[in-house]
Amino acid sequence: MESILRLYAISKNFHEETSETQAIADINFIVRDGELLSIVGPSGCGKSTLLSIISGLIPPSSGEVRLLKQPVTMGYMLQRDHLFPWRTILQNACLGLEIQKKRTPANLRYVETLLSQYGLGEFKNHYPSQLSGGMRQRAALIRTLAVKPDILLLDEPFSALDYQTRLQVADEIASIIRREQKTAVFVTHDISEAVAISDRVVVLSKRPSRVAAIHNIQLPAGVKPREAPEFRNYFNLIWKELDIHD
Amino acid sequence: MTNVSPEHLEYLKKRRRRAWMVKAGQWLILFVFFGIWELAAAAQLIDPFIFSQPSRMWKAMIAMAMDGSLFTHISVTLGEAILGFVLSAILGTLAAVLLWWNPFLRKTLNPYLVVLNSLPKTALAPIIIVWIGNNVRAVIVTAILTSIVVTILTALTGFIEVSEDKIKLVETFGGSKRQVLTKVVLPASAPALVNAMEINIGLSFVGVIVGELLTAKAGLGYLIVYGSQIFKMDWVMLSVILLSLLAALLYQVIVALEKRWIQK
Ligand SMILES: Nc1ncnc2c1ncn2[C@@H]1O[C@H](COP(=O)(O)OP(=O)(O)OP(=O)(O)O)[C@@H](O)[C@H]1O
Ligand SMILES: [Mg+2]
Repeated sequence: MESILRLYAISKNFHEETSETQAIADINFIVRDGELLSIVGPSGCGKSTLLSIISGLIPPSSGEVRLLKQPVTMGYMLQRDHLFPWRTILQNACLGLEIQKKRTPANLRYVETLLSQYGLGEFKNHYPSQLSGGMRQRAALIRTLAVKPDILLLDEPFSALDYQTRLQVADEIASIIRREQKTAVFVTHDISEAVAISDRVVVLSKRPSRVAAIHNIQLPAGVKPREAPEFRNYFNLIWKELDIHD
Repeated sequence: MTNVSPEHLEYLKKRRRRAWMVKAGQWLILFVFFGIWELAAAAQLIDPFIFSQPSRMWKAMIAMAMDGSLFTHISVTLGEAILGFVLSAILGTLAAVLLWWNPFLRKTLNPYLVVLNSLPKTALAPIIIVWIGNNVRAVIVTAILTSIVVTILTALTGFIEVSEDKIKLVETFGGSKRQVLTKVVLPASAPALVNAMEINIGLSFVGVIVGELLTAKAGLGYLIVYGSQIFKMDWVMLSVILLSLLAALLYQVIVALEKRWIQK
């Protein structure tokens, strides 16, 4: 697979009145076109910061994010759905299009297609409070997909859900991303989630973070990922790597 | 709503009865109050010349309605209050937007806003009259001055409390600061803005009456001063009651607008 994005020696320090925090020490890796890449790491190691740097919302202290294909657009999905309560699901899904002044009839049709394809067609005129947690998360994903980004950046998108819903929604969202043939960088601190849904897993050390390991996940086809025997092996491996650095 | 259980019907009935009782109690207080007032004055327990009397107020109102002066006074006061309210709502919201937009300005002006907020603005009314003159404009400026600071502060607090993450969401789509304002900050602050308007309308009234007490040639505030000077207590009391009715009416209008504006 071709590479789409490359991180060169990224570091990030935060300055506050009384302290300086070195969040990221030195991070290098590539993201391949069309893959689902997970980033796992201990709490507070700089995962969200790294995503913000990739998206260009904040600059790194040093290093560089290099886009290897032009033009590359990114869509960012935050930890909580942040659907606006004063907008219907359809209006929420169109937020990005409105902001980028791309709310054309064709794009509107695309959003409607996504909504009905992913089970929200009947709910497009409902308000977010009338939807379940999983449905809201899907609506948030569609809001991100609506602007047709090449790369999706997802920051713990399931952490607000309860465990049962979470398993289901994680698989759902992963299959949507694959079906829409997107590249995705997915941050989580749930190892099993990362192993179950991604092609590769990047393990970060604790703060100031570096890349501790990168795993190619290969699970047998035809079995549910979480039930494959290899799943346990990956899980234990990554768990140990995280533990050593804790 | 197909199968309503008898228990639920009983519950609804109880609820309705209780609501009815509350309403009845509210009206009763009004009737008893005016009844005692009327009777006490009729029995000469209180001097109707000083305390007035509901029936005399009624007569005064009819007389004033006949010659039209009643409607002049009401419309003058109402017009001034609405104008003061609308101007202070618009200017106050604009000022709050400006302060939200520019944190440097906000931090610099903060102590002044805090002091202005606790200052009884009606104390400024005489100064306004000296500066602007003995006219309606002075009344309106007093109304604006009385209500604008708290409007600014309430709206600004609402703006600032909008969650960082919602703002970040707009930024992830490449949104500008202007879009952050229109797509998130303003709609998310709708409850705060409505709250600001509720406070604003009451204070605009205070400003208008204070202004009228000092300068006006018409309006309910003027009627109160003039009536008390010539010992027409019927006019004074009538004006106070009309004022309460106007204030209640305007408040209801705001509440109705609020219901239409924020359906959720
Ligand atoms: N704007 C900021 N100013 C100062 N310090 C910050 C800022 N943002 C993050 N940090 C610090 O940088 C470190 C990394 O934060 P970050 O949110 O990226 O971690 P994370 O891996 O996403 O954590 P979590 O697992 O809790 O989501 C933390 O110690 C945090 O306190
Ligand atoms: Mg985080």
